[in-house]
Amino acid sequence: MTANWQGNGGLVAATVLGLVLLLALPQIVDPVMMIELTSYVIMAILALSLGLIWGYGGILCFGQSAFFGIGAYAYAIAVINFGDSTIPLLLSIIVPGLFAALLGYFLFYARITDVYFGVITLTVTLILYKVMGATSGSQYVIGAAPLGGYNGIPAVPPLNFPGRPELALSFDGLFYLSGVTLLAVYVGLRLMLKSRFGQVVVAIRENERRAELLGYDARFYKLATFAIGGAIAGLAGCLFANWGMFISPDVFGLAQSAQVIIWVIVGGTGTLLGPIVGCFAIQWIATKLGAQQLLNANLVLGTILIGFVLLVPKGVVPTIGDALRRLKFCPYVAPLVEQRRVP
Amino acid sequence: MDLLVVLSFEALKAVASLALISVGLAIIFGMMRVINLAHGEFLMLGGYAAIVATKAGINIWIATLLVSPLVVGVIGVVIERTIIRFLYGRPRDTMLATWGLSLLLVGLATTIFGNTTEGISAPAGSLQIGDYRIAAYSLIIIVIAIAVFAAIWAVFRFTRYGLIARSTMQNADMAAALGVNPSRVYAVTFGVGAGLAGLAGGVMAPITGIVPTIGAAYVAKAFITVIGGGPAILAGTVSASVMFGAIDQIITYLSTPVIGEVALLAAAVVLLRFMPQGITGRFFRRAA
Repeated sequence: MTANWQGNGGLVAATVLGLVLLLALPQIVDPVMMIELTSYVIMAILALSLGLIWGYGGILCFGQSAFFGIGAYAYAIAVINFGDSTIPLLLSIIVPGLFAALLGYFLFYARITDVYFGVITLTVTLILYKVMGATSGSQYVIGAAPLGGYNGIPAVPPLNFPGRPELALSFDGLFYLSGVTLLAVYVGLRLMLKSRFGQVVVAIRENERRAELLGYDARFYKLATFAIGGAIAGLAGCLFANWGMFISPDVFGLAQSAQVIIWVIVGGTGTLLGPIVGCFAIQWIATKLGAQQLLNANLVLGTILIGFVLLVPKGVVPTIGDALRRLKFCPYVAPLVEQRRVP
Repeated sequence: MDLLVVLSFEALKAVASLALISVGLAIIFGMMRVINLAHGEFLMLGGYAAIVATKAGINIWIATLLVSPLVVGVIGVVIERTIIRFLYGRPRDTMLATWGLSLLLVGLATTIFGNTTEGISAPAGSLQIGDYRIAAYSLIIIVIAIAVFAAIWAVFRFTRYGLIARSTMQNADMAAALGVNPSRVYAVTFGVGAGLAGLAGGVMAPITGIVPTIGAAYVAKAFITVIGGGPAILAGTVSASVMFGAIDQIITYLSTPVIGEVALLAAAVVLLRFMPQGITGRFFRRAA
């Protein structure tokens, strides 16, 4: 009972903290930084999607940016054709979810090992990069939307109030929408992981064979987790297409896939707060690196990834969480990070 | 008739290139169970080694066939000693660390060589087949691939190092009890795999040119080949190269190179659905 209350207490505390930040940040941060911050929030949704399937599902997906990119492209192509953004928004969730389900069917039901899974998902992303890159030229058109090859699709129309294309979302509005979406995804995943379904997913991560002997079909639960993660990543992709009003095959690139992995491993697998923290921290570092010429960004990110794997394999949030728990410190903070680690 | 010859020749070249860029990865993965996501960057380093050596006035054959594998082999040994050896038995962490290594090497190459394509011109001219002309260098790639596979087979089958390496991979503790130093065998084997990647990078450099990010173009194909091939290193790599190379070339001929690569990937995913252990997990089980 106490543990349950503490868990919910942590969730309420996180929600309140998130809402406060959402309302306070635009007041204290300058507009240029707000543009950056909005992209951080959108990427944090992507990080959460991988945090779910890797940290809780135990599925090593190296191609999370594939679903992100498919969501972005699905939104961009549909909204250019439809004008109104309601159905495109839904498509940006459904299409990558279905794609993840299809890919997951082939991979989970073949029961290939997680290492192979990582390689295949990475390969899918790289192939998508090439395929979308090869679509330059006037014959590659879906409806009214030219795909544009490596130049991408420019001038993607923004989201609008459902059914009212003239009521388009402003840039401030995009920040609030992204922030609310991030919070909603966070809370939704916390609740899902508390549910029966979530408990089974974690049980399979802990010991797949034992869960199967207890009668749970691990393949199905993994497939469902993977599809949910793919759908969330697609939603983030839709917001990202709104953020830049532009989408290009770079979303499928190796760099993008690597970044998501780095966010999650730096923040910590097996938590939901970790991927968000890792995403903000690494994005901030990447922005700072982009502003100087001395050190190559890939060089620094690669070093961070190697360093964390070798020295801090748990990630930042679980490491701090362990320290807090050891100190019996702050009953509201500790439950936030009270999750077991992926073996 | 001439067209058929040219097409089969092109298919053969595709198979040989695929086998060549995959074999270093196959050795590191097959013998050490280490998934090396920096494999593409080893190829990239091999390409740069060949280009730098050639521009320094070294004969192009020595540069591609000797300098590239040696340089990358040494780099491989250093990487094994500093990073990989701490991660044996942890395949997930190895993948993540080698991915970090891949980013680091791309960053390093960008810092040193800049983000522009460097190239060397392909030696040897062209061959006339009926009405068609083909690059003689393609023939050389096929010959090199055959020579490399024959050499690997001979080394693992007949030499003392080959015996020690195979025994260590089968049972490291037993080999250690018999006086072998497993960590040295691991270091050398990783170096050999890296060196073969460097050789492939050097050989491919005149065709593709080299940029710091070229590894991404190789790594997907190489992994698909190794996974599709399954547990037997040489037979697996060859059979998967034949299958995927042929599919790639036929579809490329019928449509575009990009569709060819999509077909290659789709074939691999479907293959794994029905043969999760790869081709040699089901057929040729006793092959090397």
